[in-house]
Amino acid sequence: MKTKKKGMKKYDNMGYWFVLPFVVVFCIFSVYPVLRTLYISFTDMRIFEPDTAWVWLDNYKRVLTDKFFWRALGNTIRIWGVNIVLQLGLAFLLMMVFSDMKYKIKGLAVFRIVYYLPNLIAATSIAFLFLTLLDWRYGTFNQIINAICNFIGISYNPINWLGTEQFAGVSISVIQTWMWFGNSFIMLMAGVQGISKDYFEAAAIDGAGRWTIFRKITLPLIKPILTYVAITSLIGGLQMFDLPYLMAKKADASYNSVQTVVMYMYKFGFETGTTQTSYASAVAYVLFAIICIVSIVQFKVMNGKED
Amino acid sequence: MNGIGYKIKKSILYILLILLGITCMLPFILMLVNATRSGTEIASSFTFIPGNSLKDNWNTVFEYFNLFKGIWNSVKVAVPATLLTVYFSAMTAYGLAMYKFKANKLIFGTILVFMMIPGQLSLIGFYNLCTKLHLVNSYIPLIIPAIAAPGTVFFLRQYAMSSLSKSLIEAARIDGASEFYIFHRIAIPIMAPGMATMGIMSFITNWNNYLLPMIVLNDKEKFTLPVMMASLRASTDIQANQGAIYLSVAISVIPILLVFAFFSKYIISGISAGAVKE
Repeated sequence: MKTKKKGMKKYDNMGYWFVLPFVVVFCIFSVYPVLRTLYISFTDMRIFEPDTAWVWLDNYKRVLTDKFFWRALGNTIRIWGVNIVLQLGLAFLLMMVFSDMKYKIKGLAVFRIVYYLPNLIAATSIAFLFLTLLDWRYGTFNQIINAICNFIGISYNPINWLGTEQFAGVSISVIQTWMWFGNSFIMLMAGVQGISKDYFEAAAIDGAGRWTIFRKITLPLIKPILTYVAITSLIGGLQMFDLPYLMAKKADASYNSVQTVVMYMYKFGFETGTTQTSYASAVAYVLFAIICIVSIVQFKVMNGKED
Repeated sequence: MNGIGYKIKKSILYILLILLGITCMLPFILMLVNATRSGTEIASSFTFIPGNSLKDNWNTVFEYFNLFKGIWNSVKVAVPATLLTVYFSAMTAYGLAMYKFKANKLIFGTILVFMMIPGQLSLIGFYNLCTKLHLVNSYIPLIIPAIAAPGTVFFLRQYAMSSLSKSLIEAARIDGASEFYIFHRIAIPIMAPGMATMGIMSFITNWNNYLLPMIVLNDKEKFTLPVMMASLRASTDIQANQGAIYLSVAISVIPILLVFAFFSKYIISGISAGAVKE
């Protein structure tokens, strides 16, 4: 064994060639912009301009004391929270169903495509599709509910799904779930399918029940993918922008209940009239700090037992 | 062993799975039907029977913008970006998973940190960089950064570690294969299911990307499909006709459905699992 290991050593530095292109592009297009944003957040830059003064933490103080920022954060977490519970729960259930040894559900290929369908579509298209379907006066969605209510003989007062505070956030959460559960399901399924069939066969021969197989083999082996799915969903969720941005009209009463952190940042980063580049940069960094803390906690919780 | 109870439970499972499938399809079916109906028809009632206003809706849409132009622009961005992401991520993942060089942990740690970094965090600095490099209104800032996709690298590294065995690589070395030959001919086929999955993800992300193109592109001629679609928001005359909105959404959806029909074949199960048996 020892000689073998020494023999491997001379190849180890070849690894640099494999990661080189990544590292170069990464430094230019990821590391630099991130550091540049950090720099800008300590200045008083309004619109991109060379002459700026260093103001230290003023922008951060302003972010942390701005009640509209906290409201945007609360909105983001609320919309994401409802969505993730539904989305991961559904994906996990589906994974259990499709990997079940006893029921041997067929048609995974077809179901997978159908469930993934909503995720294919650009959020911009989804936004306009649901804006139109959910329109409370002329939309098809209320017409369907109305038809059902007429059928069972109760009266239905059209709900303004996107225009009222009560429903706008939940509507967006459900649309997000509808868009993303198939994606999570495919990722979890890819993990299950990566597990060698031998394990399952051996366990079955040894007389292990399906619940034992699920707990002792499937679950530990797909844990890395489960962690990956959960963390990426959180990171994506806290950055939610497209759907609420396109679906909430500023004039609506619901706007303040669905404005997310990134919408808040965009307002100061790029919208004409309200541009304050340095303040938007600070908002981005506060969001990053929050994402960091939450994902480290999540990572520790999900991987804690192993190490 | 498989009694009547088993069959009933299995049928219930299938019915639930199919109902979930219908939930996924319904908005698209309504979209296709409504794309053929006039605004007043849509506003008055719903139906699954197509109407006959397709031509009128088509004219309304294309008077307002040329969606095919947007589709072509999106192809020009999403295809190269996806190929770059998949190939270079697999390469980086393989390098990180299979070689114990000094900077390995540092690079992987940086990738982990950057996975947690919201893309929006770099947005302002990124736009600033584009201005400095005179890349505003160009597709370069939408394509080249695809080479470095931390999330994809992370996934593929996990995938490589669980699917590639060192003994297989060693055996190839003993046979005299070069490192890049081993990567291209042995590792890539084994990692293919993971790469295909990530390829689909990144194509869709690139195709559907809205915020970045919206910020980088300001020439209407260069608008990608989502940016073009979003300009519907500003148009009041098209909004008056729901049918036209449904039709433009339908047109924007069709190309990606075609692509998916082709790509979905590549999510193949378990190639990696049986490749090396210990």
